[in-house]
Amino acid sequence: MTAHAARSGRVPRPLGESAPVLDMDALLDDGGTSILVCCGAGGVGKTTTAAALGLRAAERGRRVVVLTIDPARRLAQSLGLVELDNTPRAVAGIDESAGGSLDAMMLDMKRTFDEIVEAHATPEKAQQILANPFYVALSSSFAGTQEYMAMEKLGQLHEMRGPDGAPRWDLVVVDTPPSRSALDFLDAPERLGSFLDGRFIRLLLAPAKASGRAYVKVVQAGMNLAASTLNKILGSQLLTDVQTLVAALDSVFGGFRQRATQTYALLQDAGTAFLVVASPERDALREAGYFMDRLAADRMPLAGVIVNRMGCTTLTLDADVADRGANRLDAAAGAAGPRGASPERVAAALLRIHATRDALAERHRAAAKRLSDAHPGVPVAQVPAAATDVHDLAGLRTIGAELANWAHP
Amino acid sequence: MPDDLSPADPSPEPATPSGSEADWPDVRLHVVTGKGGTGKTTVAAALALTLASLGRKVLVAEVEGRQGLSQALDVPPLAFEERPIMKVSGGGEVWGLAVDAKAALIEYLSIFYHLGRAGKALEKVGAIDFATTIAPGVRDVLLIGKIYEAVRRRGTRRRPDGGIDWLYDAVVLDAPPTGRVGRFLGVNREVADLAKVGPIRAQADSITALLRSGSSAVHVVTLLEEMPVQETVDAVAELRAAQLPVGAIIVNQARDPLLDPAQLAKLAAGSLDRSAVAQALRHSGAFPGDDGSGTESRTDDWSESCVTALLAEGAAHAERMRLEDQQFSIVESLGRPVYVLPPLRGGVDADGVRILAQELADQGKW
Repeated sequence: MTAHAARSGRVPRPLGESAPVLDMDALLDDGGTSILVCCGAGGVGKTTTAAALGLRAAERGRRVVVLTIDPARRLAQSLGLVELDNTPRAVAGIDESAGGSLDAMMLDMKRTFDEIVEAHATPEKAQQILANPFYVALSSSFAGTQEYMAMEKLGQLHEMRGPDGAPRWDLVVVDTPPSRSALDFLDAPERLGSFLDGRFIRLLLAPAKASGRAYVKVVQAGMNLAASTLNKILGSQLLTDVQTLVAALDSVFGGFRQRATQTYALLQDAGTAFLVVASPERDALREAGYFMDRLAADRMPLAGVIVNRMGCTTLTLDADVADRGANRLDAAAGAAGPRGASPERVAAALLRIHATRDALAERHRAAAKRLSDAHPGVPVAQVPAAATDVHDLAGLRTIGAELANWAHP
Repeated sequence: MPDDLSPADPSPEPATPSGSEADWPDVRLHVVTGKGGTGKTTVAAALALTLASLGRKVLVAEVEGRQGLSQALDVPPLAFEERPIMKVSGGGEVWGLAVDAKAALIEYLSIFYHLGRAGKALEKVGAIDFATTIAPGVRDVLLIGKIYEAVRRRGTRRRPDGGIDWLYDAVVLDAPPTGRVGRFLGVNREVADLAKVGPIRAQADSITALLRSGSSAVHVVTLLEEMPVQETVDAVAELRAAQLPVGAIIVNQARDPLLDPAQLAKLAAGSLDRSAVAQALRHSGAFPGDDGSGTESRTDDWSESCVTALLAEGAAHAERMRLEDQQFSIVESLGRPVYVLPPLRGGVDADGVRILAQELADQGKW
């Protein structure tokens, strides 16, 4: 509870004219918004933002499910996510008076993959796939599998129906995996899909199918050379595993590529809203800018940018002036020692604390403004820095309120 | 060995700390990881400068295609080949490399298999994509393999002490973040079930041997906040379980407490003598209308609200210091050397990186 008392609770000064305001409540209340995707660089507070938005939407009357990928332990606990069972569970402690509800789940990528296999294959065939060494590695450690499965799960949750036949949830909030690149979740399904449907696999599956035509022979010769080289490098057993796996998968799936295409279309749908989450540091903002460009290029609906952890101060006193004042007091206090207890030393420390804070706030404002200037017209909301990590519902509520306050102070 | 016992070479010897004096006596591969947002790339860039400032030839490399190092050091984007990026006073130099799995594989194939047409065919049918993006673990083997090769490469200088002349005195790797670093470095385990024999397997085993040989250290960057410290603790446990060498914990952006603990406690509790502090603040000349004489001014009300705001910010600072202290004791309990870096008021830029490099040089014996 002290955690939230220590939050400044202040909304930082607005940006310049260049940035339209992101009206978070309008977005959350809009029944047309059925999927919210939070994306951004690692360490910017994506998961926390996703949870805070899910909670706020639920308490405003939406039936919400939050899909988290890799939440910090205490945040997971606050959502009641004690076990990784790949199933949405109701979050306790929600105000449901507006008619909403909140479920949350943590993605188990291997299990999600296994479930797809089990749902589409005969038990015997499923068994064969699940035991394949390449499948085991692919489903548990391929970096792109997490992204693929996150998107697969998103689609499942979106389509899930309740007992009355109506959609089980009317809003799915998802945070994206902490990838090598924040864009991997857009690319991984396509990459995996095109691989599994691609020429390379067909080559592995049917090296003997070559017809007698000359050019095919040439291509085939190249391919055989390629396959034999890969055999040398990776070991023939790996390729055999891949061949066996793909042969088994091929018969049960309506094509990985087709599934990837569907997911991609769902993301482009008008009911989807992307929120790019950033912190006001150079690397995170650069990645946010990159991401915004990419979403635009892929015609993905970008709802706005959330800049977390903005430095802020309530006192109009320039850092330089405060620093000079502190120096003057320290000089006057003389030999009492730099950390002494005299009122002058305390006063000097207070001025320095403020100077640091003011300089940080100024730097963050400038950084956020640069992002907005580079992407005019993209709505922005800012969240002031918290003194501590957030790991309970009250903390998430505060963040949700701050996000909404940005548009309606 | 006997060949190396030749007369002393006139070329200057890098200032390598020897024996027990150095914190990392035999370490030539410094792997830097940390939770996203903790500044691991900045610290990796700073560490490269620290080592170069000691007269060494340093290679700094990234493996995730982010070009974060070039941004931090304010140099043009790093290339897929090693290239000099800066010279440092004292004779040291920094080389840069952005390792790319595809480029590494094609290079590897052309060196070891003399592939011409087959290389093109591999590319065409998607086999290169398969090996570098789909096949689990292979990508990481290729990425670290390139680092491994750079660490092991020999130079042509003759060392007066008869030791091996490595082309690079040190290699700094900006590694994936803590959440993925165990898997990234644990290549042998990753490919164990997949590639039981063959060059990939052999390469993975060599990499593992290098990582465990005592010439490598994995440094973890953290902030004094709960989540990054928790991830640091988890990463250290994971690295230890995988028998990978945990290096230092580098605490980034640690605040200056500015006051002693007793004063901080009073500040947090709101029990400071407000009027004495307010009186002192009036002497600071920081408030508009004040002439620094300490006499009452017309802006008295304004000053009072300033004092209130300053005390509130001070209380938040004190609370934050308390939390940082808690987290710091967790960091210390890991039993590793700890280096503490200050926040950069101007943000991270090339000047800031130099400040951090100087701090690292002052705090450790590299």
